[in-house]
Amino acid sequence: MKQYVMGNGAIALGALSSGIGLIAGYPGTPSSEIIETVSKAEHDGVHVEWSVNEKAAMEVAAAASYSGARSMVTMKQVGLNVASDPLMSLAYVGVKGGMIVVSADDPGPISSQTEQDSRRFAEFARVPVFDPSSPEEAFDMVGAAYELSEKYHTPVFLRPTTRICHAYASIDVPEEYHKKEYEGFVKDSKKWVIFPRLSFENHAMIEKRNAVISREFSDTPFNTCEGASSKAVVTGGVSYAYAKEFLKDDPDIKIIKVGTPFPFPDDFVLKALEGTDEVICFEELSPFLEENILRLAGKHHLDIKVSGKLDGLVPSSGELSANAAEKILGAFFDIAPESTEEAKDVPPLPVRPPVLCAGCPHRASFYAVKQAMKGKKAVFCGDIGCYTLGNAAPLDMVDTCLCMGAGITMAQGFYHMEDDCTCFAFAGDSTFFASGITGVVNAVYNEADIIVCILDNSTTAMTGHQPHPGTGRNMMGDIVEKIDIKAILEAIGLKKVVTVDPLDLDAAVNAVKECAAEKGVKAIIFKSPCIALSKPAGKCKVSEKCINCKKCIRELGCPALVTEDGQVKIDENLCTGCGLCRHVCPVDAIGGAANE
Amino acid sequence: MNKSILLCGVGGQGTVLASKIIAAAAMNDGNTVHSAETIGMAQRGGSVTSHVRIGTAFSPLIPLHGADMILAFEPAEAVRNLAYLKKDGLVIVNRVPVMPITEALNASGYDGSEMIEYLKKKTDCIVFDGSGLPSAKFLNIAMLGVAAGSGRLGIETDLIRQEIERRVPPKFLDANIKAFETGIRTGGEN
Ligand code: SF4
Ligand code: SF4
Repeated sequence: MKQYVMGNGAIALGALSSGIGLIAGYPGTPSSEIIETVSKAEHDGVHVEWSVNEKAAMEVAAAASYSGARSMVTMKQVGLNVASDPLMSLAYVGVKGGMIVVSADDPGPISSQTEQDSRRFAEFARVPVFDPSSPEEAFDMVGAAYELSEKYHTPVFLRPTTRICHAYASIDVPEEYHKKEYEGFVKDSKKWVIFPRLSFENHAMIEKRNAVISREFSDTPFNTCEGASSKAVVTGGVSYAYAKEFLKDDPDIKIIKVGTPFPFPDDFVLKALEGTDEVICFEELSPFLEENILRLAGKHHLDIKVSGKLDGLVPSSGELSANAAEKILGAFFDIAPESTEEAKDVPPLPVRPPVLCAGCPHRASFYAVKQAMKGKKAVFCGDIGCYTLGNAAPLDMVDTCLCMGAGITMAQGFYHMEDDCTCFAFAGDSTFFASGITGVVNAVYNEADIIVCILDNSTTAMTGHQPHPGTGRNMMGDIVEKIDIKAILEAIGLKKVVTVDPLDLDAAVNAVKECAAEKGVKAIIFKSPCIALSKPAGKCKVSEKCINCKKCIRELGCPALVTEDGQVKIDENLCTGCGLCRHVCPVDAIGGAANE
Repeated sequence: MNKSILLCGVGGQGTVLASKIIAAAAMNDGNTVHSAETIGMAQRGGSVTSHVRIGTAFSPLIPLHGADMILAFEPAEAVRNLAYLKKDGLVIVNRVPVMPITEALNASGYDGSEMIEYLKKKTDCIVFDGSGLPSAKFLNIAMLGVAAGSGRLGIETDLIRQEIERRVPPKFLDANIKAFETGIRTGGEN
């Protein structure tokens, strides 16, 4: 049966076709649709979960595979940093049922903090990695990766990149999916309990095994050599697709594709390089293939010139494209570029930066804190989520953003170093569960004076509205006990935890002022649902009382507040009737909406 | 058949559904199809594109100067993506601008008209007036109509209509089919 799916869907269907028993992960662009696809597909009881964070997901999947079941764990590349602790040990201990770690990289980066390369991580952990160049290949690689994982008892990486994750193709899938039978956990503490002695033995075994896998990889269909020429391009992943788009099927140009970058298929590449004295490594993120070719050249005394990122022919950052292939490979292979005219006198284009939605409760929360702290020294530590957009004018309420959960702990560092400064941390509800709780414990234990603001909109909004432990729903479609953020904070020992509706501006401002006046760790839970998921309260309207001072626009930057022929008005298609602007207008010119 | 079609617009205008309909119709016509979405963040109002590639294609995204047709739901987005158009490619553009959401804060005076003039001057283009539709909700289907009516899509109009019928909720089907017909007329007049 043919199905037209996204690359992430192809990975999910590949896993289902391979008979997985469990899939776990944490949302993160560009990986999120893998788990969503599995949860929507018809199958006989695969356990699907959004785990609380990537480390938890990795551990849940590891145990499933200790039981002999096939498992998959999914995340974006920075999530792998969180999951690296279990990963590194798991690589030593090994697995029984096949286990695939999907870590989606994001060249550009398009929606990430870093341009890290998961191929490096696989090499660091000494586990094999597959690098798909299309959704079709991603599907096939999943099947091959499970075979390999079970044959060598090791977790195996699949490393797609954004353009593969979000590309669509037709995939041939089975009519039905069935879980592979599995034996169940067989106790053996010499095998499953990591000790220095075991690590030492397994380390030696892993290095020997990787040499064997390198030879096995030299024969996989994922590594290919097309054409013949004294000059060659070495590439892999989506960069291969870009190279092919430009070079097509030219028998006089050699394209070496490495689909399994670690353990590097030395034999295959050495053979492919025969008759070639100059190569260019065309790849995104780090010069991974390039360094391996250089290693081979040194080891085997190859008389070959190696180009790529290290000599500047390929840019060291950012993503590649078919046009980058035309420019870079065209110059390398001496192919004259097609003449194209540069566009001239293009009218200035409007910019469309991402901003918080009209009626977004985060806007109200930030505004309340801003109002309460007017004229006082304060630092605002942000975090990863839609609310990072609170950094934009006119709110300008995010001073730092480092990684998931860092806001709460960084606020503490500022408290210890800055004099007379109120230190705020903003964290979303999903972020709080993922990695915020330990930060609050740290604050209480080490006596930091901070105000933790939880922007609780009851969803993981930025990545596409996934449920989390506070929402009372899970990925199996069950209604589950909601985990109460307030109760957690009180249990940690916070004396002051206030819950307030940020759209009730006066109450919200008072809550902030109250907390700022007290010592110790305080928390404010700004509770209001994500506007993208809730019914609008109605529409607000600007009346003729308006003196056109534009304070509403200047202070809030709500996209629904617009000007028409210089006069302030509210765009009814966008306004959700949140009522925030009514509190801001000095002459009470805004009315309407449900709370009137 | 080898054809690359770029759809562009502003988040919330329904480019994704339109691209899925084109892809499915082309597949039902016996073609291999690939497509790609540039998925933005969850917030609305950003520039979005969908790349549909019918026939042989390697890169998920259309190369610059590689699109046979640009189906632009918004004038500035057409100009923003114009570098993707082939020399003899066709631009189909909706005349109605979507103001940037930061317009009230930093006025740019944008109203779409210079974009339309620029497109008319520089390209082979069909301008569709989306303001005549009963609601902006039907714009994506109407734009499909223009593309079908232009005769340059290379996919039979009936196959597209079938996909619309398959994918649009029954409640809104009549209105969408009307919008589709309106689009076909505009496409045919040019
Ligand atoms: S009520 Fe005011 S602040 Fe809220 S969405 Fe409408 S215009 Fe924006
Ligand atoms: S703040 Fe009130 S008076 Fe000033 S422009 Fe806005 S609606 Fe008009």
